[in-house]
Amino acid sequence: MTSPATETVPHAVQSDADVVRVRQAVRDLAVSAKLSLVDQTKLVTATSELARNTLVYGGGGEVRAALVERAGRIGIEIVFSDDGPGIPDVDLALTDGWTSGSGMGLGLSGTKRLVDEFEIDTAPGAGTRVRILKWKR
Amino acid sequence: MERVPILRIGDVLLVSIQIDLQDHIALQLQDDLSQRIVDTGAKGVLIDISALEIVDSFVGRMISTTAAVSRVLDAETVVVGMQPAVAITLVELGLTLQGVRTALDVDRGLALLAQRTGGAATLLAQDDDQPGD
Amino acid sequence: MAEGTTNGWPELLRDHRDAVLARWTEAVQSTLAGRMTASESSHDIQEVYDALLAGASGGDQRDVRATSFDGLRALLADLARARARQGFSPTETAVSVFALKDAVLGVLEAGGDAADYRAFADLSRVVDDLGLYMLETYAAARDTVIAEQAETLLELSTPVVKLWDGIVALPLVGTLDSARTQVVMEALLQALVDTGSEHAIIDITGVAAVDTQVAQHLLKTVQAARLLGAECIISGIRPQIAQTVVALGIEFGDIQTKANLSDAMLLAMRRSGLDVVSGRGRG
Repeated sequence: MTSPATETVPHAVQSDADVVRVRQAVRDLAVSAKLSLVDQTKLVTATSELARNTLVYGGGGEVRAALVERAGRIGIEIVFSDDGPGIPDVDLALTDGWTSGSGMGLGLSGTKRLVDEFEIDTAPGAGTRVRILKWKR
Repeated sequence: MERVPILRIGDVLLVSIQIDLQDHIALQLQDDLSQRIVDTGAKGVLIDISALEIVDSFVGRMISTTAAVSRVLDAETVVVGMQPAVAITLVELGLTLQGVRTALDVDRGLALLAQRTGGAATLLAQDDDQPGD
Repeated sequence: MAEGTTNGWPELLRDHRDAVLARWTEAVQSTLAGRMTASESSHDIQEVYDALLAGASGGDQRDVRATSFDGLRALLADLARARARQGFSPTETAVSVFALKDAVLGVLEAGGDAADYRAFADLSRVVDDLGLYMLETYAAARDTVIAEQAETLLELSTPVVKLWDGIVALPLVGTLDSARTQVVMEALLQALVDTGSEHAIIDITGVAAVDTQVAQHLLKTVQAARLLGAECIISGIRPQIAQTVVALGIEFGDIQTKANLSDAMLLAMRRSGLDVVSGRGRG
């Protein structure tokens, strides 16, 4: 999984306060890229979900966010990585099984719908890396 | 630690979330609200989220849980002022907040609560700046 | 310097400037007849002519992508974009450049030598490259125009109408794909907030077809409105649509549906606490 976002300065995610900080940093980036309000909201919400997963399930990790340009389009790419236990059954995590609001599901399927590109790289004992991208429309 | 303030208007508890909530503060609010309902015998809870630009699944679940817990404690919950972009995002996420009443703003929220409590709720106390009161 | 010729095509163009310009302008005028005034086209042509000569004097006469031709390319790109926005066809746009060849040939036929014709061959290649460059720019500009128009169309076709205090209507026309749904949702929700309305009537009389996808999009819109504290009624359900809905097993659940807009409006008014009475027989 190649990622231009690896050149940027990472945000550490080790606490609830860090999750809020990452949300705000992504919001600022989205505003500077002039994403529409709805797209900003979707991206920051996706960021919140994934940063929380990094903290709660990954035991803490880091987030890198950057503006990218491909074939004349501008987008924001964000990578969430941790050295946690990894997700054993990614396919299950990606199914719509948790919307009742009761379980502690990872909610990845919903988050996937908020962005244009969604890639997850994980294995038990190998940590987790999630890459998302949202284009400016 | 920071806590979200809970106001009381008659037998309605009013919470206005102004800041980007950290997870533990959201959970604290949930606890505080249930405690206050019991302490005051409140019949209604009004959560104003008009200042929230982001409502993710955690806050969404906090709201659903608060509504469910309140109902068990014989109080009705209304969420008001959701921003359009937030609503669109929540629907896309698959969160519909079933079982949570909503209203456009605080006034309508209070009116809704008044209906549900059969008019027994004393709504906004007389305005201090009304002449002749 | 161009090989095999003593003078090269720049010399050719310089020597016959007036005659070539006149023929070239006339050729372009006849193709663009009426779309552009004579003075406008002759001005454009002259600018290109001079830029072409300026570029040639700067270095390699054969490579139009060389930096010496930056000025000429910029000029042609501007022209191509302008033509694209004005709605000219690709041919009408490219002819502005290609017509130079005929213009030069016409002048040579009146009396040119072998060297002149070799120079013309070189010029021909240069003009072809320039023509292609212009078409590339034109195509890119057209794509941008189309994208912009699509967006405007999307926005214009979602008017939200205030029917009464607290009641808005959203007449949908055409198809309801996910891109459209996005725009529709935003428009409706914003209107609900702006007008402080608690009731929305989504009229689908003008929606071509309702399948599971469309039903899902409608459902999303209703769910979003509910989160704000407003309730939706779907109206304008034609008999064929009702049958399709049933056949596909689509459940509208607890969303109220009405056959026509007036029934929906009556329902919305009653839900708002209004009573609609006939005025007949009152003094």
